[in-house]
Amino acid sequence: MSDTTSEWIVSPSPHAHSGDTVPKIMGTVIVALLPALVAGVVFFGWNAVRLTAICVVSCVASEYVVRRIMRRDPGINDLSAVVTGILLALNLPPTLPGWMAVVGSLCAIVIAKQLYGGIGYNLFNPALVGRCVLLVSFPVAMTTWAVPNFAHIPPVDATTMATPLGAWKTAWSAGQAPSAFQDTFPLRALLIGNRPGCLGETSTIALLLGGIVLLWRRCITWHIPVAFIGSVAVFAAILQQTDPARNLPVSYHVFSGGIFLGALFMATDMVTTPVTSRGMLLFGAGCGVITMIIRKWGGYPEGVSFSILIMNALTPLINRFTRPHVFGHAVKEKTA
Amino acid sequence: MKTLRALFNPRGGIHPAYHKEATDSTRVEVMPVPKTLYVALNQHLGAPSRPVVKKGDTVLRGQPLAESAGYVSSWVHAPTSGIIKAVESRLTAGGQLATVVEIEANGADQAIESPAPATDWRVMQTRELVDLILQAGVIGMGGAGFPTQVKLLPPPGKTIETLVINGAECEPYLTADHRLMVEESARISQGIQIVQRILGATKVRVAIEDNKPEAIAAMESALKMAEGDIQLVVVKTKYPQGAEKQLIYSCTRREVPSGGLPMDVGALVENVGTAAAISDAVFLRRPLTERVLTVTGDAVANPKNVLARVGTSFRDLIGFCGGLRGPVGKVICGGPMMGVAQSSLDVGMNKTTSGLLLLSRSQVHQYTSTPCIGCGRCVQACPSSLLPCFLSENLEAENFEEAERLNVLDCIECGACAFECPAHRPLVQHMRQGKAKVIQLRRQRETKASRKEKAT
Amino acid sequence: MDLLIQTLIIGGTGLACAAILAVAARFLAVHEDPRVETVSAMLPGINCGTCGFAGCAEYAKDVVLHGAAADLCKPGGSETAARIAAFMGVEVSESERQVAIVLCKGDNTAAKRTVGYNGLLDCGAAQQVGGNGKACRYGCLGLASCARACPVGAIEIRDGLATIHPGLCISCGKCVVTCPRRLIRMVPESRSLHVLCSSLDRGPEVRKVCSVGCIACTLCAKAVNGQGIAMRNNLAVVDYTVPLTEESIIAKCPQHTIEKRPGTKGEAA
Repeated sequence: MSDTTSEWIVSPSPHAHSGDTVPKIMGTVIVALLPALVAGVVFFGWNAVRLTAICVVSCVASEYVVRRIMRRDPGINDLSAVVTGILLALNLPPTLPGWMAVVGSLCAIVIAKQLYGGIGYNLFNPALVGRCVLLVSFPVAMTTWAVPNFAHIPPVDATTMATPLGAWKTAWSAGQAPSAFQDTFPLRALLIGNRPGCLGETSTIALLLGGIVLLWRRCITWHIPVAFIGSVAVFAAILQQTDPARNLPVSYHVFSGGIFLGALFMATDMVTTPVTSRGMLLFGAGCGVITMIIRKWGGYPEGVSFSILIMNALTPLINRFTRPHVFGHAVKEKTA
Repeated sequence: MKTLRALFNPRGGIHPAYHKEATDSTRVEVMPVPKTLYVALNQHLGAPSRPVVKKGDTVLRGQPLAESAGYVSSWVHAPTSGIIKAVESRLTAGGQLATVVEIEANGADQAIESPAPATDWRVMQTRELVDLILQAGVIGMGGAGFPTQVKLLPPPGKTIETLVINGAECEPYLTADHRLMVEESARISQGIQIVQRILGATKVRVAIEDNKPEAIAAMESALKMAEGDIQLVVVKTKYPQGAEKQLIYSCTRREVPSGGLPMDVGALVENVGTAAAISDAVFLRRPLTERVLTVTGDAVANPKNVLARVGTSFRDLIGFCGGLRGPVGKVICGGPMMGVAQSSLDVGMNKTTSGLLLLSRSQVHQYTSTPCIGCGRCVQACPSSLLPCFLSENLEAENFEEAERLNVLDCIECGACAFECPAHRPLVQHMRQGKAKVIQLRRQRETKASRKEKAT
Repeated sequence: MDLLIQTLIIGGTGLACAAILAVAARFLAVHEDPRVETVSAMLPGINCGTCGFAGCAEYAKDVVLHGAAADLCKPGGSETAARIAAFMGVEVSESERQVAIVLCKGDNTAAKRTVGYNGLLDCGAAQQVGGNGKACRYGCLGLASCARACPVGAIEIRDGLATIHPGLCISCGKCVVTCPRRLIRMVPESRSLHVLCSSLDRGPEVRKVCSVGCIACTLCAKAVNGQGIAMRNNLAVVDYTVPLTEESIIAKCPQHTIEKRPGTKGEAA
């Protein structure tokens, strides 16, 4: 029996591994985003393909270049830049000029991710940082919504339409009741996706499919999506009860805007969200509440991106104060 | 005697691929005594045994090689008859250097005469029984190797109410305890009775994972006629179900306090192998010189459950199992989750060696770790409900005070976190280093504090 | 008018804060014994912690206010100890500067490896799993834990072996406690003859794993008649309390384990 000890290795325990790696997880996320991408192509055509390609290429390229400049191993193989690119694209309006998408990608990767130290060290969700920078810098381009293919009631002689929430904000300021525009945007449209909006946020069903894939492959847990959507629903229900004439029904709040995209893909970004179960519930609930506050009283019609970024800032604090009860310690022990 | 499913399940844990099919239905084979045996004197926790033989001595099987060197220590006996070739510092299965007695077997395998049991064990004094167990060199065979006689004599004020017998065997690949339960359930049952009598425990819980139906059936019939509050608890299969504190929780819903011992919640855990060894010690006056272990893995030709003498080298064990089937990638003493990787095959097995795992090169992956991505899988997996990702970050930055506040000392080093980590962070290594460092810092603090007290 | 009001408000707030600070500086000032600063200036200011205090400032405070010994600063050496002692009016004994040396010569060329290692690149961590594949159980692991512990970067890892530059060593002793195999010793800086091996294995075993390890042939001990080198557990051990200047032992050693490594400042090993 040959000894061949030179081919052995010693290593510390454990000597078994689940087999999951960062690239695999990112790959699963990409697969989960495919339904939303397909929906984007179906409803917005070539723009979806164009923007996604631009974002992905700019994200990967900028990550590579910046890492080389920083004299670190490029690390683009972990596919996290690809995921950021796709997520950013899905958060952009279809007719956004390509160069703006590049700017957004640069903000996302270089500023929000690499300057913090690279993957694992960033505090804020890179794609959302990119989107919000664009929203604040180019407000007109970022709020021009193309008419989707198969729109329920496409406007005559117009290439743009307001999003459901945008239309509601205008109607609300004019003192109109919700029912006034529910005909233009039936619930069906909110679920299927033939409504104006960002590339990836319109089709709730496609996003849900992706969410199920993520849950099944254990890339995300149920805590954040349920807490996010749940708190939005509860808040909307409370508003509805107090003043039905001036508030959208719960289903409209839950299914319109970027709630599903946010709850399933953005607010569940691993790096920037809490690791503890209680923390995740708190995070999701916080996102939901802030989203509704912005929707109801803020200047913007939609608040998902901002709410997630605000909660990202609170993540370290949430992690600190939601530590689980350690086995063998008294339950009342201080956790901080 | 009742059989019931465990009502409680410790949180966390993982479900690795178990790979037990190769050996879980094969009978234990007795391995013939090899030519040379390497018996380590540091097999147990506590003070290594003091040698009572020297080079050139002739010994018989069962004759003491080394005596207990303190309160927390044990005896070591010759596993066969032969001549002592050396008593010197050598590499042991734990990866450290320690005194090892090398014995050249003379082939006769002659045992010393053990006096026939004079009195019925039921009328013997507790102290006498415990002495028998100490003199037989019985230590915890589940892997930790804690000297059993210390466990069986809790300090005054601590009564053991529940005796938990650990038949979980949650590590993948290993089937030694499983086969022991199937084939030697009578011996185990006798051992349980003895321990119950010594401790005066009112409840006995025999815990077996639900992936071992044969073992459950065998133990059921062996314990059928047992009197008193004795239950067979079928626990959910997961790793690390068999960890002492977690098993106590599954059986009694009590959490052993941090820094404390099972006796603090009135419980005591003994492995089934230890129970069988106790039975031998009391009934047959036979010292612990052999044990069942599983030699398995895809690099060995014939995986088997082997009854081998303590001190049998890994090389001989592999030879008994048909030799290597191609180049080996890793040699692990124990299971894949907590076993120690070996750098040499000329090391003797211990009383605590439950398995020898030979993994081929295709099964061994070398990892480079990347930064933590905050996925939280380690947090979900940790059976102690710790936050391994933050602990690892702090320990990497040598922030030991924060690690202490994050309860690094409660880590049981099961490896569930590292198993799950997609970034392949060396979590367990960080924890081990961190624990050692935190204990050192605590001691320094205490010395400083007591010095200040003395000065004032 | 608006501008004037705004200027007054902001300026006034600023003045008020300044006044508060000035009052606080006067009445809430912490009175520190001026001797603490004097002693602090005598210390090297490296904040290595060897003295046992959290930095040079803390040590100075303790010397002046709580009577800590004046010779705890190893990097400062006997010069600093003498100055502090003179200032505080206490006695200290003269002692020679010590430097650290790694008693192992087995780099990757000389020492054999049996297995590979995949784990944390830290000597303590590797030692917990029985080493990093180096065949010699006693030799330097080369994973740079000592180099990282050294506050002044005096330790270099060359070809898998740690080497200490005596000219840079500040005698803090951190490397000594870091090495899990206890290979590093503090030796007086005037000593230059060293047995660079710590293996307790017998000669034949040593030769199997390293070409420069001590095989306990006893030629060196015999050459000095046991004065300065003793054989202990299959290893020649230098006694640093007894003078040893017989340089012929370097040539006598068949394994070239004995080397001349001056410890004084300015001469690199």
